[in-house]
Amino acid sequence: MGLKIQNVSKVVGGETHLRQIDLVFETGSRNVLLGRTLSGKTSLLRIMAGLDRPTSGKIIIDGQDMTGVSVRKRSVAMVYQQFINYPSLSVYNNIASPLKIGGMPKKELDRRVRETAEMLHLEGMLDRIPAELSGGQQQRTAIARALVKEAQLLLLDEPLVNLDYKLREELRVDLQEIFRKRSAIVVYTTTEPSEALMLGGNVVVLDEGRVLQTGATAMVYQRPETLRAAEVFSDPPINALDSAVTHGGAVMGDNIPVPLTGHLGRLADGAYRFAFRSNHLWLSSQEDGDIAITGKVELAEINGSETFIYVHHGKSAFVVQQEGVHPFSMGNEITVFINPKHLFVYDTAGQLVAAPQATGPSNRRE
Amino acid sequence: MKIQKRTFALLFYFVVLIVPIYWMLNMSLRSNADIMSSFSLYPSNITFENYIKVFTDPTWYSGYINAMIYVSLNTVMSLAFALPAAYAFSRFKFLGDGQMFFWLLTNRMAPPAVFLLPYFQLYSTVNLIDTHIAVALAHCLFNVPLAVWILEGFMSGIPKEIDETAFIDGYSFPRFFFTLFIPLIRAGVGVTAFFCFMFSWVELLFARTLTVTEAKPIVATMTRTISATGLDWGLLAANGILTIVPGALVIWFVRNHLAKGFALGRV
Repeated sequence: MGLKIQNVSKVVGGETHLRQIDLVFETGSRNVLLGRTLSGKTSLLRIMAGLDRPTSGKIIIDGQDMTGVSVRKRSVAMVYQQFINYPSLSVYNNIASPLKIGGMPKKELDRRVRETAEMLHLEGMLDRIPAELSGGQQQRTAIARALVKEAQLLLLDEPLVNLDYKLREELRVDLQEIFRKRSAIVVYTTTEPSEALMLGGNVVVLDEGRVLQTGATAMVYQRPETLRAAEVFSDPPINALDSAVTHGGAVMGDNIPVPLTGHLGRLADGAYRFAFRSNHLWLSSQEDGDIAITGKVELAEINGSETFIYVHHGKSAFVVQQEGVHPFSMGNEITVFINPKHLFVYDTAGQLVAAPQATGPSNRRE
Repeated sequence: MKIQKRTFALLFYFVVLIVPIYWMLNMSLRSNADIMSSFSLYPSNITFENYIKVFTDPTWYSGYINAMIYVSLNTVMSLAFALPAAYAFSRFKFLGDGQMFFWLLTNRMAPPAVFLLPYFQLYSTVNLIDTHIAVALAHCLFNVPLAVWILEGFMSGIPKEIDETAFIDGYSFPRFFFTLFIPLIRAGVGVTAFFCFMFSWVELLFARTLTVTEAKPIVATMTRTISATGLDWGLLAANGILTIVPGALVIWFVRNHLAKGFALGRV
């Protein structure tokens, strides 16, 4: 039972949007499609909805081949990135629209609409038209319309992207609550790793129309199998420095000795890429065993209450994420610290060799 | 001082525009003898006999009725053809869509006189001469392309996702089109209907050639009467005034939509 995507490809005007995708979504599961823009998230979603036909491959729902079936005959609901509502209908009628088409009795319809509206805090605005609502309320209306019909497949295409920060946080919390109660397959696309982690469930990491990795969201975050997957699943992208292991010792970047302890202990001699997330870097030594990396400040960017410091180290560069506002002047020498237990090890082809031990609380800021 | 200058300029412009119409009104309220004998800036002996004649003599008032009939027919037909066509152009990509859209517009590039002879021949063959539908059909030649052009602009302003959402919700295409989509482009439909009305109402060449007596519109009656009854100045002036009225009324009703249409850049 569930939805199966079999060897699906999509080519538009000679450009490949999706490459041989094979995925299975179980009924009642929450799934996040994570990928950068143009990674094929929306293309895949539209094919799952039945709005587009795949160039090749099959969509199988509950054991039935639904590839060519019109979207009208499927049990699907979709929320777009833009706020899409029927501008001429009131909020009430917007939410009621899928039920009315289904021919639901008035009483039952009224109950369902009011229940859904309450769930999304729209009770007071049922008589207004969408143009009279704020952006957040418009998107809530669109989500309510998608929820009210209790479709088997609920698709959300970056629904929170066009909202301001505060609204996004609010809706995100609400959505988690709502998804938990659904028996439908929920598929949610996002570009933000933090959003994926918050929603939990399963994650599909997409890149350039290909599936990089699938699995439980937290698991994939802790063990990205390829460097590319790790880059997609980190914001800012994970940093990687060329490294080498020789005679029981490791050197990272330009002459930074790394003790081969813990999960690094079993590395064979050879060339590697050591990778670390920006939030595991510190401006001062945090605990014993931290190693120091020196570099030159290229740029310091203050983003909200965080500072992103772009550091040049030899031929490579990395980003440090720091809580708080720290003014830095360009070109200054800087020393940052990382504990080897947070290092990911990839081989030169980008395949995971060793990942840090998964200890829940050590992922301090996600 | 600047504002006064501008007011003066506008006033001057307005006077220049209104003089011919005022002169027509002036003439329509005087008798023929009065018009011919004396020059007067305003009618001193007001008479409504010209208007009474128009409203009582069927050769005159039937002209208005005929014109109304084929203009309404044409507006309905143009919209009926143009709405689906414009939807296709705005929503689908198909082989030669750009060329086809341009081809539609080229229909407006030839002067109507070019089509006069083939139309007359064709319409007489199928016995359509002197019917309302003949004129309405002929006017579709330049009204349908214009309607498609205007409506396509309005439709392309509506996100495609609204269509998709409706289909996901389970709407059938006709139900979506008539209950959800048309209300969204109401202004566009209004502007299009206005243009169809206007072109069809003022068009003389086709209307005169394709009609004899049964469907003869007022504009044709007016041109033919000049020679038939001598120069009946007062009567013609009264007809002129009455012919302006429907156009003015329609403009009054769609003026807000029209402004919106101009703002969208397709009118």
